[in-house]
Amino acid sequence: MTCTLAVFRISGMISLAAGAGEWFRWLTFPFLRRALLVGVLVTLCAALLGVTLVLRRFSMIGDGLSHIGFGALSVAAALHWAPMPVAIPAVILAAFLLLRGSERGLLRGDAAVALLSTSCLAVGVLAVSLGGGSNIDLMNYMFGSILSLGPEDVWLSLGVSALVLVLFLWTYHRIFAVTFDETFARATGARASLHQLLLAVLTALTVVLGMRMMGTLLISSLVIFPALIAMRVCKSFRAVTVCAAAVSVLCFLVGFALSCLLPRGLPTGATIVATDLAAFALFALAGRLRARTRVH
Amino acid sequence: MNNERNKEPLLTCQSLCLAYENREIIHELSFALRPGECLCVVGENGTGKSTLLKALLGLKKPSEGRIVFGGGLTQRGIGYLPQQTPVQKDFPAAVGEVVRSGLLHETGVRPWYTKAQRCRARERMDQMGIAGLEKRCFRELSGGQQQRVLLARALCATQQLLLLDEPAAGLDPLAARELSHIIAELHREQGIAVILVTHDVHSVLAQADLVLHLAVGGERFLGALADYPAHPLGQTFLASDPCGENSRSEPEQDNISNGKAGAGI
Repeated sequence: MTCTLAVFRISGMISLAAGAGEWFRWLTFPFLRRALLVGVLVTLCAALLGVTLVLRRFSMIGDGLSHIGFGALSVAAALHWAPMPVAIPAVILAAFLLLRGSERGLLRGDAAVALLSTSCLAVGVLAVSLGGGSNIDLMNYMFGSILSLGPEDVWLSLGVSALVLVLFLWTYHRIFAVTFDETFARATGARASLHQLLLAVLTALTVVLGMRMMGTLLISSLVIFPALIAMRVCKSFRAVTVCAAAVSVLCFLVGFALSCLLPRGLPTGATIVATDLAAFALFALAGRLRARTRVH
Repeated sequence: MNNERNKEPLLTCQSLCLAYENREIIHELSFALRPGECLCVVGENGTGKSTLLKALLGLKKPSEGRIVFGGGLTQRGIGYLPQQTPVQKDFPAAVGEVVRSGLLHETGVRPWYTKAQRCRARERMDQMGIAGLEKRCFRELSGGQQQRVLLARALCATQQLLLLDEPAAGLDPLAARELSHIIAELHREQGIAVILVTHDVHSVLAQADLVLHLAVGGERFLGALADYPAHPLGQTFLASDPCGENSRSEPEQDNISNGKAGAGI
């Protein structure tokens, strides 16, 4: 029995070592290095912004924005315009309108998101079809193509993530105050609408960047999952923020490695989301167990 | 009390009118609140209590008239205890984080709290009897404890004027009474002026120096507590005490006299 176990252990270690060796060999490819770098940066930003979005009941914003981004990208491609200069302002505008609209009651929160996102999805599909785009283009938009990220994506994601990180750390206490109790924060002089605008711009930038990698349909998972995972076990805002950031990067790395290393070559975006889901289940279980031990 | 009258008012409303889309909710309201006084705002829902609060906090612009601050108080220096929102029910926040967020107005562009500020937040928690809960999760506390945390946060923002929006809403009677004692103590012993929006007859009788009763149709009473029972609005409100006459016999008289004495400190 011990002998069999030892054999298993040794063979496991060998395959792990082989995997790691393979992994390092793969890292010599520039497209993989780019994917890894952009992926880590985007997941980190999405997780940080996700904490406040989820807590303020704006979970669907990421999903809505990605659909709007899809519409803008497809229209830009059909008209042979540069995609990013069209998509980024369009998504920022939409984010601002959605975050603000939920306050004013023009179209209440979830209804506004649903209406805008499905309309933009339809416009996008029509644009791809009328512009002579192929099904492969459509698939790339829908599910992302992390391995096709170019050097310009790297620079863009470096810039955006630096902006998100600096602004997030700089305004951390304000973000907490506005998220926890907007009325109180405004009464004591926090400029909540400025924060709203900032949140809208940063979320829009992160979503557009993430779309190239995760696709329209899966990007919102990077915004929602980390916060929800962290909230299963963490009891303070700081702990949730740190845990969400760490878990999201870890899940990305595990998901990405699995998708590259497994023999069948799994789709990257879906593997990352599946890893997030597994982490969610694990943390939910841990949270339950902890609550139960406290009761006893 | 005379001494009190001579002090510069903390807050003066001058012919304040508040309206939503041309529908006037409050018409030409004028009053002054001096240091150490307590104004109780009562009235049915929809009569403009919340709108008045928003205006005092600078979150709603008056359609006419103005609000003037004095005695060293600014609009940003009001300690506000809002009603709890659904977001807070499952919000992962430590008690210390919540209390410290009351200091935000004085941090400026600095992205962290100074040691002195952290100390002050701790003092406020001590004062509210929640020092041991600093690391606890806000959502796991009892309703009474949560209100004390929010009161400590409000005290971080002010030492002059507390603005309390139905602080006892949703609390069990025991917790409500405890909170009412804490507020009375802050008012009486520390001379903090209080504007209290409430439905609770007992709190009004125990604490108010001034009463503002807003009624449907624009009718209102604004004056000293002593004149309130004689007014028709006062008669209706005081008769609505669910506990009946007995609950406001002795303690009420004691507290009124204490309240008045406190206002003179």
